[in-house]
Amino acid sequence: MSKTAKAAMLLLCLAYGMAIFAGFFAPYDYAEQDREHPFAPPTRLRFVDSTGKLHVVPFVYPWRSKENTFAEYEADVLHPVAVTFLVKGGEYKLLGLLSCNRHFLGVAAPARIALLGTDGYGRDQLSRLIWGGRISLFAGLVAAAVALGLGMLVGSVSGYFGGVVDGVLMRLAEVFLAVPWLYLLFAVRAFLPLRISPSEAFFLLVGVIGVAGWARPARLIRGVVLAAKEKNYVLAARGFGASHLHILLRHILPQTWGVFLTQAALLIPQYILAEVTLSYFGLGVAEPVPSWGNMLGSLQQYHVLASYWWMLAPALALIPVCWAYYAVANFAHERLEFLH
Amino acid sequence: MPKTLRVLPGLLCLLSAFGQGGNTSSVVKEDLLITRSAPGHPGGKLVVSERAEPKTLNPVTAVDRPSRDVLFQMHADLIHINRATQRTEPALAKSWNVSKDGRVFTLKLRQGLRFSDGHPFDADDVVFSFQLYLDEKVHSVQRDLLLGNGQTIAVDKLGPFTVRISLGKPDAASERLFDSIAMLPKHLLEKPYQSGAIGQTWNLTTPPDQLGGLGPFRLKRYVAGQQITLEKNPHYWKTDSKSTRLPYLDGITFIVVASEDAEVIRFQAHDTDVISRINAENYALLEKEQAARGYRLQDLGPGLEYNFLLLNQNDDTAGRLPEIERKQVWFRDKAFRQAISAAIDRAAIVRLVYRGRGAPLWTQVTPGNKMWLDATLARPSQSPSRAKELLRSSGFTWDSGGKLIDRNGKRVEFSILGSSSNSQRMQIANIIQQDLAKVGMDVSVVPLDFRTFVQRVTQTHEYEGAVMGLVSGDADPNPEMNVWRSTGATHLWNMGEKNPATPWEAEIDKLMEQQATTLSYPTRKRLYDRVQEIVADQLPVICVTSPNILVGSKDGINNFNPAILDPYTLHNSEELFWNPK
Repeated sequence: MSKTAKAAMLLLCLAYGMAIFAGFFAPYDYAEQDREHPFAPPTRLRFVDSTGKLHVVPFVYPWRSKENTFAEYEADVLHPVAVTFLVKGGEYKLLGLLSCNRHFLGVAAPARIALLGTDGYGRDQLSRLIWGGRISLFAGLVAAAVALGLGMLVGSVSGYFGGVVDGVLMRLAEVFLAVPWLYLLFAVRAFLPLRISPSEAFFLLVGVIGVAGWARPARLIRGVVLAAKEKNYVLAARGFGASHLHILLRHILPQTWGVFLTQAALLIPQYILAEVTLSYFGLGVAEPVPSWGNMLGSLQQYHVLASYWWMLAPALALIPVCWAYYAVANFAHERLEFLH
Repeated sequence: MPKTLRVLPGLLCLLSAFGQGGNTSSVVKEDLLITRSAPGHPGGKLVVSERAEPKTLNPVTAVDRPSRDVLFQMHADLIHINRATQRTEPALAKSWNVSKDGRVFTLKLRQGLRFSDGHPFDADDVVFSFQLYLDEKVHSVQRDLLLGNGQTIAVDKLGPFTVRISLGKPDAASERLFDSIAMLPKHLLEKPYQSGAIGQTWNLTTPPDQLGGLGPFRLKRYVAGQQITLEKNPHYWKTDSKSTRLPYLDGITFIVVASEDAEVIRFQAHDTDVISRINAENYALLEKEQAARGYRLQDLGPGLEYNFLLLNQNDDTAGRLPEIERKQVWFRDKAFRQAISAAIDRAAIVRLVYRGRGAPLWTQVTPGNKMWLDATLARPSQSPSRAKELLRSSGFTWDSGGKLIDRNGKRVEFSILGSSSNSQRMQIANIIQQDLAKVGMDVSVVPLDFRTFVQRVTQTHEYEGAVMGLVSGDADPNPEMNVWRSTGATHLWNMGEKNPATPWEAEIDKLMEQQATTLSYPTRKRLYDRVQEIVADQLPVICVTSPNILVGSKDGINNFNPAILDPYTLHNSEELFWNPK
C-alpha cells in the first residue's frame, strides 16, 4: 500500500472511530443549549498566560458576553480554566449500552469550552460535529452498501443472462438515472407522517439515496460480467454442468471485486454529500439531532454566513474525509481493478 | 390633450393642469387637503423592493401583500387612518355627521377632484364602489370586512357630493371601517361589472390609460417578473402648506427581490431606498455600517404581530385522525396548556431570536398597542417547577427516564409544525422544543413549506402543534373578530364551530359582540381587557413574543415617518421628498 493510501485509511479509521465513540470524544451532549452564549467564537487553547508564564497543560479563558450586546464576547482573563483529559461531564451511553460520564477532553463545570464556537442556541459546535459525523459518515456508508448491493444484483443478473432480461433491467436503470431526485424528495416530505424518529429518518434517508443510486454501479458491474462470462474457465465450468448460481458466485463475481471496491470508495463520499445536501434542505434528521448537513443549513441565512465563520466547520470536515476516500479509490483502481 | 385645447377661457386651467400652482380657477374649485408635514420640493424617484410580484391591480380581488402595497399608492379612501397617530382623519370625505346611535354617516365629499385619468369624481363613484364591494356575486375581499358580524350597509346618494351610509348595527369602530376601501371610478369599471367580468379587469397587463384611481401615484409601466413603475398622479388632491401639489416624488418603482437576505444586500448597495420589516439579525448587520454607507435604521418598538404556539383542539378530528384525537385529550386540558406556557422561556426567545428587539407576550395584544393593552395582566417568567406542578395536578407523572406520561401511561410526545421559510418561527419552535424537554415532553419540530403548512392548519387540521403568527391591520380589536369569535374564519384552535365549544369561548363571543357595538371607548376597553384576561388564562393560543418593527431608509429622504401599522414605511408617500442635490 502506498504511503498516501495508508494515510488515507488511517484518517478514515480516526473519523469513524470518533463517530462511533461520539459520546466520549464530544465534550457535551449535542442538544445542550447555553442560551447565555449564542454564536460564541472558538475558545482559544492557550499555553502562555497574561503574565508571560508558560504552562504545560493548556488552559482557556471562558467567554463573557459584553453588556447589552448580542453575540459579542470578551475573554475572561481573570478566571483561566485548565483543560483536562478524561474529564467528568454529562452522561452518555457508550456504544449505546454502557453508561459513562468521562469525556476525552474538556473543562470542569460550570465553565464551558467551545473549541469550534457555538451556534445560535449556544450549543457546542465541536460536540455537534462529532455527533453529526455519526449520521453523515454512516449514512454515506450504508447508502453506498444499499446502492452497491442492488447494483451488484441487477448488474450481474443483467450481464450474465443477457437478452430480454438485460434489456428490461437496463431500461429501468436509465429511468433511475434520468429522474431528478431532489425535487421528488421535496414533494415526498409533504406526505411523510408528522413524527419521524431520528432513526426512522436516518433509514429513510439512506434508503432513498441508495435506491436512487444503484443504476450507475449496475451498469459498471454488468460491463465486467459481460466480459467475464466469455472467459475460458467459465465456458469450461458450464461444460462441466455447473449451475448458474455456482458460476456467478465462484467465477464471475470475484472478478468484479476491483470495480466494486473502486465504486465503493467513490460512492461513499458522494453519498455523504448527498446526505449533507438533503439535510441542508431539511429533508434529513430533525432538530435537535445534528448531521453535517443540517448544521450547514444555518448558513442559508446571510447574517450567519457573513458573521460567524466557525459555522462552516462541517464543510471543512468534509474535505479530508472526501480526500481520504478518493485516495483509497485511486489505490483500489490502480492496484486491484485489473487483478484477475 | 384635446381636453385642454377645448377649455378656452381657462388659460389658468392649462397652467394648473401641469400641477405647479395650487388652487385652480377651473369650473369647479378643487377642494384640496392641505397637509401639515414639512414642505418640500418636487423631484426624484423612490425604489423599493417586494418579495414577490403583485398578482393584480384590482382592489376588489387583491389579497397578497405586494398587490396591496402597490394599490395603496394608487387609490384613496373616504376616511383614512393616519398610520402615525393611529387616529382617523378626513380623506376624500371632507367632513361627516354621525347620528346619535352611531349608525348613519352623512359624508360631504371633496368637490372638484379628478381621477388619475382626469375624469371627475363625485358621489356616483362612491355609491358604485360600495355596490361593487358589497355585491355577493363579486366575492370581494372587502365584503367580509364590511359585513362581518351580521352587519348590513346601505349607501344612498343625497347630492352630487353628499353620501349617506347607513349601518344595520352600530359599530364602535365604524369610522375606521372606511380606511383602505378604495373609491373606484364608475366610468371605467361599470361596464365590466355589469357584464360580470369585474374579477378579471385591472390585471397587471392592463394598459395604464384604462386604470384610474385617486391615489398619489398612477401606473406608468409594468415589466413582467421584474418591476412595476408608478408615476406621480397630476390630479392628486393634496397640497402642502406652501400650495405645492403633492406628491413631491416623480414616481415609485417596486422591484421584485425574492428573499429578505437579498433585499438587505440590495438595500446596502443602494439599489433600493427604503427597506421595511427587516429581522433582527439583518438589522444588526446593517446597523454596523449605517454612518459609512449613508442610510439610517430605525427600531419602532413592538408592532401588532403576535407569535404563538397553537395546539389542535379541532372537533372535526373525531374518527378521522385517531392519533391526533388521542393527543387532543392533553391539548384540551387547561392545566396542560398552562404548564406549557409556564415552561417556555420567553426572555430567551426575545434574546436569541430577536436579539432583544422584541417583546414577550402573555396575551394577544402587544405593548405596541398602547390604547388597548391590558397593562394589569400578570407577566410570569419561565418556571419549569410551576409547569411540573400544573402537570401533576392534572394527573401526569414521570417515568424513570424523566419522560412525561399521561393518566393512561402513554408518553407525552407530539410534533410542532413550522413554516420552513420563516427562520425566526423555526427558531422559536426549536427553543420551545428544548423548554418542553425539560418538563419531560418529547416534542419534534417539523418544518414544512408554507403552502402545506397553511393547508394543514386551516383546512385539513392534520397537525398537533404549530408555531405561527398573526398580525392585525389595525390597533382596534374589531378586525380581530374572526380570530376570537367561535364562528370566525380564523378561529384557529377550533375551526368551523357552529356554537362555542366551551363556556369561556361563549363568554368571549359575548364580550366581542358587545365591544363591537358599544360606542364608548372606556366601556370597550373594559370589555376587551376581560377578553385578554380570558385568553391569558385559558390559553387557546399560547402567545410567546412580538417582534419589533425594524425599517431603514437612505439618507436624504425627508418626512420619512415610519409607523407600526401596515404599510409601515410608505403610508405617507405623498409627503416624502429628497434633499436637493
